[in-house]
Amino acid sequence: MPILYCRCAYAQVIPAETKDGVLARLCESGQPFTGVADLCEMSARRDPRLAELAQQAGWKIAACHARAVRWLFHAADAPLPDDAAIVNLRELDVEAATAALLDSPTTPP
Amino acid sequence: MINEATTFHVVLYEGTDATPIPASRKTALMQSLLENGYSVSSVVTDSLPHTPHTLAVVGNFAATANPRFAGLAQQPLADFSDDQVIAKMETLRAERPMNQPGQWKPWFPVIDYSRCTNCMQCLSFCLFDVYGVSKEGKIQVQNNDNCKTNCPACSRVCPEVAIMFPKYASGPINGEPVSEADVKRESMKVDISALLGGDIYSRLRERSDAAKSRFSKERDASKALAERKKCLTKLVTDGFIPADVLASLPSPEEIQRRAEAAAAKAQAALQ
Repeated sequence: MPILYCRCAYAQVIPAETKDGVLARLCESGQPFTGVADLCEMSARRDPRLAELAQQAGWKIAACHARAVRWLFHAADAPLPDDAAIVNLRELDVEAATAALLDSPTTPP
Repeated sequence: MINEATTFHVVLYEGTDATPIPASRKTALMQSLLENGYSVSSVVTDSLPHTPHTLAVVGNFAATANPRFAGLAQQPLADFSDDQVIAKMETLRAERPMNQPGQWKPWFPVIDYSRCTNCMQCLSFCLFDVYGVSKEGKIQVQNNDNCKTNCPACSRVCPEVAIMFPKYASGPINGEPVSEADVKRESMKVDISALLGGDIYSRLRERSDAAKSRFSKERDASKALAERKKCLTKLVTDGFIPADVLASLPSPEEIQRRAEAAAAKAQAALQ
């Protein structure tokens, strides 16, 4: 499954140790993944990249609350496929989030 | 109005013709690129992401042009510090009309359409023209940048708890799942029927009949203004919105004009 990591670069809503720790684990894993600076910004700007991302099935998305992530994509006319799984970095610690992202084979983004 | 823009996409490449990037350097580069507003793919196979927005490939490969990356800027890592790599990306970005990190407000409402009943209360409440109506008559966020930072007032008046602010600290406004208790609590915090000057709350659910009369009570301009200020003052007092939102309200005449315009939009959409 492809992995998408949101840095949430423009707010402090995700604990720094969580987003830094998850990013480090992803880089150490050797698995392919895509990172974005801030899904909120992409939605606010109707970034065409969101539509490109939404075309791929099976995403595991490390970001914030699932309801917010799904409707952020929708707001940019890029609805997420139903099979997308959201890993909530606002609630999970590094271990739990990393396990949720890496516990099954990944495919290139 | 939405200022559309796309992000500059960078590939950290570790496929054929490249050697792996040490994890510590990859992490540092990723972090710097993301903090500077780029999207970044870590690629360990030969295939690059299918996007026309990929403009640079970065990796441990020879400095000579590789036909594998034709059409893309190629940035070798050897002999370049992370700061130099970022500087090169900044130069590339400056040449193209793409997003400028930080030139946007990370504060705007997001509608959960699985909950929204299209009642238009948010449109009639917001005095800053954040909301509008689509060609299909559906409420939508049209002017993100008009939203007042840290003001989630519209989410407080939404009877269905359908409006989120993803950067908000607490739920359900931040996108946490909505419980029945949330629905009850939110609807009790601000009674928009008082705001609009009468008992219209229940009728908002009866779209066809209510459409013509829903906003008529706004004709009592002084009363509507007083109620709106009372409501906003309560939100400030309760700590739900910053005081400067109240301070930045337009003149009474402008509020009335905007309220009438919003009512007209809502009526047109619901008829």
